[in-house]
Amino acid sequence: MATQHSRSAARIMMAPAVFVLLVWMLVPLTMTLYFSFKKYLPLRGGDLGWVGFDNYVRFVTSSAFWPAVQTTLVIVGGVLLITVVLGILLALLLDQPMWGQGVVRILVIAPFFVMPTVSALVWKNMFMDPVNGLFAHLWRFFGAEPVSWLSDASLASIIMIVSWQWLPFATLILLTAIQSLDSEQLEAAEMDGAPPLKRFYHIILPHMSRAITIVILIQTIFLLAIFAEIFVTTGGAFGTRTLTYLIYQRVLESQNVGLGSAGGVYAIILANIVALFLMRIVGKNLDA
Amino acid sequence: MARSVTTQRKILNTAAAWAIGLLIFFPILWTILTSFKTEAEAIASPPIFLNFDWTLENYAIVQERSNYMRFLWNSVIIAGGSTVLGIIIAVPAAWSMAFVPSKRTKDILMWMLSTKMLPAVGVLYPIYLLCIQLGVLDNRLAMVVILMLINLPIIVWMLYTYFREIPGEILEAARMDGATLKEELLYILTPMAVPGIASTLLLNFILAWNEAFWTLNLTSVDAAPLTAFIASYSSPEGLFFAKLSAASTMAIAPILILGWFSQKQLVRGLTFGAVK
Amino acid sequence: MNLKNALRAATALALVTGSAATAETITIATVNNGDMIRMQGYTDKFTEATGIDVEWVTLEENVLRQRVTTDITTKGGQFDIMTIGMYETPIWGANGWLVPLDDLSEEYDVDDILPAMRSGLSHDGTLYAAPFYGESSMVMYRTDLMEKAGLEMPEAPTWEFIREAAAAMTDRENDINGICLRGKAGWGEGGAFITVTANSFGARWFDEDWNAQFDQPEWANALNFYVDLMNNYGPPGYATNGFNENLSLFQQGKCGMWIDATVAASFVTNPNDSTVADSVGFALAPNAEGVDKKANWLWAWALAIPAGTQKEDAAKQFIEWATSKEYIQLVAENEGWANVPPGARTSLYETPEYQEVPFAKMTLDSINAADPTNPTVDPVPYVGIQFVAIPEFAGIATEVSQEFSAAYAGQQTVEEALEKAQAITTEAMEAAGY
Repeated sequence: MATQHSRSAARIMMAPAVFVLLVWMLVPLTMTLYFSFKKYLPLRGGDLGWVGFDNYVRFVTSSAFWPAVQTTLVIVGGVLLITVVLGILLALLLDQPMWGQGVVRILVIAPFFVMPTVSALVWKNMFMDPVNGLFAHLWRFFGAEPVSWLSDASLASIIMIVSWQWLPFATLILLTAIQSLDSEQLEAAEMDGAPPLKRFYHIILPHMSRAITIVILIQTIFLLAIFAEIFVTTGGAFGTRTLTYLIYQRVLESQNVGLGSAGGVYAIILANIVALFLMRIVGKNLDA
Repeated sequence: MARSVTTQRKILNTAAAWAIGLLIFFPILWTILTSFKTEAEAIASPPIFLNFDWTLENYAIVQERSNYMRFLWNSVIIAGGSTVLGIIIAVPAAWSMAFVPSKRTKDILMWMLSTKMLPAVGVLYPIYLLCIQLGVLDNRLAMVVILMLINLPIIVWMLYTYFREIPGEILEAARMDGATLKEELLYILTPMAVPGIASTLLLNFILAWNEAFWTLNLTSVDAAPLTAFIASYSSPEGLFFAKLSAASTMAIAPILILGWFSQKQLVRGLTFGAVK
Repeated sequence: MNLKNALRAATALALVTGSAATAETITIATVNNGDMIRMQGYTDKFTEATGIDVEWVTLEENVLRQRVTTDITTKGGQFDIMTIGMYETPIWGANGWLVPLDDLSEEYDVDDILPAMRSGLSHDGTLYAAPFYGESSMVMYRTDLMEKAGLEMPEAPTWEFIREAAAAMTDRENDINGICLRGKAGWGEGGAFITVTANSFGARWFDEDWNAQFDQPEWANALNFYVDLMNNYGPPGYATNGFNENLSLFQQGKCGMWIDATVAASFVTNPNDSTVADSVGFALAPNAEGVDKKANWLWAWALAIPAGTQKEDAAKQFIEWATSKEYIQLVAENEGWANVPPGARTSLYETPEYQEVPFAKMTLDSINAADPTNPTVDPVPYVGIQFVAIPEFAGIATEVSQEFSAAYAGQQTVEEALEKAQAITTEAMEAAGY
């Protein structure tokens, strides 16, 4: 229905957003690409000349590379799984009639407001500390040996911390989706004597699929980049080194900007693979 | 949605939901409680829940060490500024995507989202060098712009999905009546879109408030927000649970309170088009 | 609140916060250690005397390092003074990134700085950073538990004695661990500790041709000893314990012995923070039987001026103030001699009042026992005891210490950890062009 006039107006209106994002993407990307072909060691005098694909080869052949990719995928996958499953259950529960629903919703939503650095610090020190942490007290109360969470169950601990932060987000979106469900449809199914599990499977879940997709898409974008949670808790030790963290180590700890930049390019590639994969699913679910 | 249930069922629901809600909220509650304890009480075994001598000394120590108000104010400016700027740029873009969609609309949207996937650490040196060139290190305006850019894709997307839910017929009718584009935007769309914009504002304010990589690495004094404030408390010497708790509480309290007061607005628009 | 009011309020507040800069203001990046925090409290005195305002950027150690390194290598000019350590100073000084501190005033008495500290903070004989406090490592132990165990701590114990004492003091029923040591990954944390331990077992990082030495038996001995000691008598989860975690354990009375930085002595003997303040003894860091090197490190937190700052004079004035004898006097008057920044000046150890502080002598002896130019039994091509003063070291040692921490946590064997350490180091040294 759009006229020629409104089409060109639309283009003009889109221009600022597209332009600034293009600059924001291209400038760092170009610089990253530039550095990735250089031997660039800030502590040894900076730019030491072109080295072709050396950095790329070195980054990918390093023994740390594949474990880092795997860790990244495990963390992203683990958090997605936990937040989506628990999010659905929680959303179903919160959708039930109850007293004080507003207050409960406030309680559930709260972790989303907490800075990642703060939540990592609080979890690490006040809960997971094997001597003074609350978990240690709890374990001792039941006569068990306290667990050294961040060394013995490092990956699980980080997944737990991150899941705690993102569960509210998932729950809220899923809850809104459930609430938009036509209750007559549900009641009809109930009258037909469909058992709850069947109702969930055939009516509620399909209705929520779109919301689930959104949750997965948005969280993936943020989860691929998590850094503070690892920096504060394990510093990348005990198999918690993600690709992002590996790049951090190369750039800042080893002060090898060229190598880190090559890593950055790999991370972009990985992110795009994941994005492409997501778009396939999302595309199906998101079409207008 | 008035489904009738037995009182018994309702009690059960209430109990379960409250138990889970409190469990999820507990780490925050525990942090707040600990911030009022002495260091010795904070690590007492078994843990003390409520019957300790409430003290404000940790807050006093933290305040004495760092100028909290300045960090807070920087957080407000940076998070607020970037959100407002983002909305100004995103509204027209989202509007045109929603009402004058073309074949490429979805591609553009996905491309925008993909710019968020560039790992920040990988480009720290380039961006740092660039900021030096432009003379904008430790500059609030620069932080506003950078955080705006980081969150812009999310803003555009949220607004786009929200605008799309506005029925097209209304616009058609307005056009028939001879409304100009400007009038259409100003008198018809904007009022309908206010809840969506409000919720977008809130979400992005929260995201910008909590952004801890760029805000920490590109600021030192003048533009340092609360993320930098908390970086000086992460592992001081000796017993520090209570002080850490006080600093943490101070860092998250403003956003927590804002979030609670505005959670209805936030939730209403937080659908990303997930609901048809 | 409508938008106009909000804007008005915003401008008003911006004016208030913006108008603070009347006189000259210097910006100092520092670490959030107790002595620095105390120094911040006295900044007013400096401003009163000189009219120079000071802005503090206080950060946790890892964040600080990341921040100042980025800034100095890119010449960002964010700070007028940076708090750096003995590892960074010679490297940055050699690159011409720091203002040489060769024209300090007469009263400052630069010759009073302890020789070990001065040489560690110099490059080619030029001082580039002034030590705020310095430290070595030593044994801190509970005199009451030692007595209960029927043992007596020699002044210079061996590792074998430490193990015997740890075994005797461990009391799992009462939550007392015989020994607490750093295991946390990071070159400045567990990495530093295991390196000095290895030195005291006769190991070294590199041979004279820069070949990594983790495949040598001395490393295996050191690491096996450490793991065995800690698994049997250490606290749970020691693989994530660093200086702060151990300090807090010791203060709570949960450690029989703790081998760590000498500066910790003033924290563990401070009755306000420590439950065991009146029963702490000190001894020199141990060595393995028959090895002529002790597990002594040498470190200083020092103040340096990045080259290119516009406020060099003001920065120098601050450094002279903060690392002066007068500052030490000032702290002593207000907080007692036990709380002055230790390990930087010879005159401090000649002060009669300070000699009465229980850990003063042992601290000085420990510092004097450390020799950065000759850190190991076998000759090495590098300077530095718990570190190797080359730019690549921080990155390598952090990764190596992560492998070690994984071994402490039982996720791999000591042999596997050493193999990986050897591979990581060799790979990184090749990449750096050695």
